[in-house]
Amino acid sequence: MKRKTAGLASLVLLMSVVSACGNSGGNTAASGTEAGGTTGSAGGTVIKIASQSPLSGSSSIQGEAIRLGAQMALEDRSQEFKDLGFTLELVPYDDQGDAKKGVANSEMIGADQAVLGVIGHLNSGVSIPSSVVYQKYNIPMISPASTATEFTDRKLKVANRVVARDDFQGPAAAQYAVNELGAKNIFVIQDKTAYGQGLAEAFRDEAEKLGATIAGYEAITVGEKDFNGVLNIALNKKPDFIFFGGLYAEGGLLVKQAREKGITAPFMGGDALDSSGMVEIAADDVKDSLYSSVATDITKTEDGKAWADKYKEKFNKNAEGYSVYAYDSMSVMLDAVKSSIDAAGGKIPTREAVRDAVRATKDFKGIATEVAFDDIGDNIYAKVFIYKFEEAAYPGSLVSEVSK
Amino acid sequence: MLSSILSSLPQVLIDGLALGAIYAVVALGYTMVYGILELINFAHGEVFMTGAFVGTATLFIFDDAGFLSSAPGWIVYFLVILISMIITGLLGVLIERIAYRPLRRAPKLISLISAIGVSFVLQDLIRFIAELITGNYIVSGISLFRGTFELGTSSLSSTFNDSFVKNNTFIIIGVAILLMLALDLFVNRTKWGVAMRAVAQDRETASLMSINVNKVIVLTFFIGSALGGATGVLFAQQYGTIDPYIGYILGLKAFTAAVLGGIGNIRGAMFGGLAIGLLEMFASANLGLITHGNFGSEYKDVFAFAILILVLIFKPEGLFGRAVKEKV
Amino acid sequence: MSGFKLALQNNKVLQLSLLAAFVLVSALSVYLTSRSVIAFILLLGSLLLLYYTSLSNGMKWAVAGLLLILVIPFATAGGPSHESYMEVATQCGIYVAMALGLNIVVGFAGLLDLGFVAFFAIGAYTYGIFATGQANNFIPGDLFPLSGDYFWVFIILGGIMAAIFGVLLGLPVLRVKGDYLAIVTLGFGEIVRIIFNNLEKPVNITNGAMGLSSISPPNLFGLQFTFPHQFYFIVLGILAVVIFGVRRFEHSRIGRSWKAVRENEIAAQSMGIPLIRTKLTAFAIGASFSGLMGVVFAAKQTFIDPSSFTLLESTTILVMVVLGGMGSVPGVILGAVLVTLLNLQVLAEFTGWLNQLSMQGIITLPNALSPVKMQRFIFGAILILIAIFRPHGLISARNRKIPLSQVKEGEAHEHPERSRTSQKVRRVNGS
Repeated sequence: MKRKTAGLASLVLLMSVVSACGNSGGNTAASGTEAGGTTGSAGGTVIKIASQSPLSGSSSIQGEAIRLGAQMALEDRSQEFKDLGFTLELVPYDDQGDAKKGVANSEMIGADQAVLGVIGHLNSGVSIPSSVVYQKYNIPMISPASTATEFTDRKLKVANRVVARDDFQGPAAAQYAVNELGAKNIFVIQDKTAYGQGLAEAFRDEAEKLGATIAGYEAITVGEKDFNGVLNIALNKKPDFIFFGGLYAEGGLLVKQAREKGITAPFMGGDALDSSGMVEIAADDVKDSLYSSVATDITKTEDGKAWADKYKEKFNKNAEGYSVYAYDSMSVMLDAVKSSIDAAGGKIPTREAVRDAVRATKDFKGIATEVAFDDIGDNIYAKVFIYKFEEAAYPGSLVSEVSK
Repeated sequence: MLSSILSSLPQVLIDGLALGAIYAVVALGYTMVYGILELINFAHGEVFMTGAFVGTATLFIFDDAGFLSSAPGWIVYFLVILISMIITGLLGVLIERIAYRPLRRAPKLISLISAIGVSFVLQDLIRFIAELITGNYIVSGISLFRGTFELGTSSLSSTFNDSFVKNNTFIIIGVAILLMLALDLFVNRTKWGVAMRAVAQDRETASLMSINVNKVIVLTFFIGSALGGATGVLFAQQYGTIDPYIGYILGLKAFTAAVLGGIGNIRGAMFGGLAIGLLEMFASANLGLITHGNFGSEYKDVFAFAILILVLIFKPEGLFGRAVKEKV
Repeated sequence: MSGFKLALQNNKVLQLSLLAAFVLVSALSVYLTSRSVIAFILLLGSLLLLYYTSLSNGMKWAVAGLLLILVIPFATAGGPSHESYMEVATQCGIYVAMALGLNIVVGFAGLLDLGFVAFFAIGAYTYGIFATGQANNFIPGDLFPLSGDYFWVFIILGGIMAAIFGVLLGLPVLRVKGDYLAIVTLGFGEIVRIIFNNLEKPVNITNGAMGLSSISPPNLFGLQFTFPHQFYFIVLGILAVVIFGVRRFEHSRIGRSWKAVRENEIAAQSMGIPLIRTKLTAFAIGASFSGLMGVVFAAKQTFIDPSSFTLLESTTILVMVVLGGMGSVPGVILGAVLVTLLNLQVLAEFTGWLNQLSMQGIITLPNALSPVKMQRFIFGAILILIAIFRPHGLISARNRKIPLSQVKEGEAHEHPERSRTSQKVRRVNGS
């Protein structure tokens, strides 16, 4: 089966066409990088911090918030670094909430020697595999949002987070539900994602420990709109409290459909309900629903309010819960970079140095949270906040605050 | 166990009926197109989704114009459904023109691939438009009939609990029945309906009988898609929140319904839709109970797809269809 | 110009030297620039050029091997982006194997499978479950996780598992025809994903939605494989076996039976081809390719969860096969590489570039329009356009129908080739 010549003339033409395209394309690419390079070189050595979050897909609102929060912190500090002879640059990557994309991006980040740190990711399912890649390249990462226990439990040197763990958030919510609200017969729903399941299980176990009965533990499917099946079970069990581990798109519909069915039990969810989308979907039915969050309501403090106004002015968008955590994460990262620059005598520090400096962070005071990392990268000052939607308006009002 | 299944049964039946009515009307679109072209119109689920978005957008426009407060709800509802039907009907015709007609003589595999392509393009187009206008592709619309009322099913028998019905559920079931009756009448009683059935039977012969086959196919796509669009509006009204990806899995289940009822068979599709809706709701409410929590409601989709596979294997002609021998 | 063309057509040395020049230029530009997607794509493009030369088959294989084993790894090693290039190349390789697997089912046997990623998932989970502590949940004795030494065995096991599931799916499903089959396989793909997503009770087998993390990386005589350039060679090795296998199958008795079944089932059956067995082997072999790569994927990611195996993934693989040309091995390879590059590099780079522009205030781009989000649109458009304008894909399959007149002339082997060649020339001229 020897094959005969196939289009030899086409070879020439193809080649010329391809190389012509290549040349023009190559030129634009090159000029693009050059342009980037020149703006960089104006201020001296470039230090890049990458951000990775879903800029597209179903959680793009939060992902965008992370990017913008990080960008704001970076721009706020850029003069400080310019004085030291460095130019800061943010390289935003889009992980699309997809582990494969996240890992591929991480390899690119690892390859770029100018990158000294990563702010991200949003989803624990992406943070976990990506952190393995960062570990290879010794790039420290600070996640402003990933709460899965597995993320830091693998004791990687690079993985840090400023927010509370699921096995802190879930139990904190359970304590509030059982001790404060007197819930005895709790119906737990989860969405079969790594996030929802982890949270719901942590909640369920703690609630049982505190003496409440679990009336049911059911699952729904992400992306569906009809949750009557699961709610019919709940209707049957007559719970006095419903907990949902999952995202706001489903949470909003659940609470709405539950009310339509005459289920009046209080409804509570995790930090993924901490979104304006929740109110948009459930409208008036959202009233009296609760959510636990790892993010504080920054508008409570003067500084926070000023910050939120600045954010709004800068990006023409309201600050989301994660914006400020991304801001604080970036600030922690930049502090670490700065201290390792000092340690290296004003020269660009190694990634290892920055990594260790991040882990060594103590008593950092940010807009939203204080930060000090323990030996596996969890923030010992991380708190869980319980909010309640008093009105059909986002955000809800803070009703309780739990620290470790 | 049995008593708790029974006590929730009336509620399960009502919810299942609402869902089933939606499946049934969407299934009609699949079955009509398949009857005529022997092609699974993969994009039909997306046409349904487009209908939901068109309806929601129309309501927003009405609201901006102050029309909502001045006109009675049912007129608005009717208008929204009508507008959505016209737009999705035209969309269906457009899809046929662009993606299916050039391939009518091509192998089936090729038209199927084109159909899948259409479905992806539509998803992304709607996503794009929704995101551009509202900033988020998950859109919550305006609900026209928000109320619910309690049905005293417990007075029927003490084993039952009371059940709650949304007003919109009645509208869904009512509109679905109306649409199906209208379609049934159209297909069986009008000249165009006869032409449609003739083309479905034998395209060549029909064309010899001076039936304009192309026109009939266009008409079929228009009607099937318009039905899908109308259901989209009903769906958006029932659940309040829509996104561009609602059509894919729902379409698959509606197709299951069409297959269950016997593809190409309009009454079969109605029956299949209701059956799948009821079964799905029953499964999701009771699977956990029956298996003692080992396999919960998260398996309800497995259940739906398993029905599809079983029907296709053991009774591919469906419950009401006639077996077709392949011509060599 | 035409004289040059003619000279080129007959002069292998000239072809080879042109190819070498092209490789040299593109390899140098990859080597010298710190990160240039275009240079990298051009370097990969040299393989396409190689395909169009009139070298003998053995020669082509040798040159391709040289390019893949030596030139590409070394050229990319120049800049800091070495691992990033290698990651992309590795993922390309994984998708090529999967697309070749799907090509057997769709392209050769004509059975449209829309749930193909299920087999990839089965391969990945086969390794994932045993290379983490997960298997301790249902196998007593605390034997797990297995060390990375077992990876090599599991490549085979993953393939076998996927093949078994391919047959299990095939057995009931093959009574179903044509577009029904498409729907059923779509349902099957979803069922597999839902089951993997939920199988943490009653017995915890897959760890459900939480996924499996800390999967042991491969280990060979104490050498741990963690970097993409190491996986690149694993993938390359498997790919060589897969491509060799596919070419063998294609022209064997079973390959011809597949194509006969594709063209007309009833006719094929009446010619004595066992229908069920033929279709089942297509399913089994196609699935096994996917399973092999699933194992590699699990080891490379060190974390798998059901969200990596969605419908979109199945469709992506289908797009690769359709774009490249159903039934055409070189076409499918090209399709897989193109789509993977598009997915991983081109769209991301383009978005990054647009973002940069909008940050500098040159253009304003609504977030909704960002190219990375347009994946579905692009895939959909590719499917429609290919279906309408080029149903045979970029590189059409070789054995095409031969017009009766030419058969009578007795030059059946020459003419279709030549007419195709001139067609291609015209097309290139036109563009």
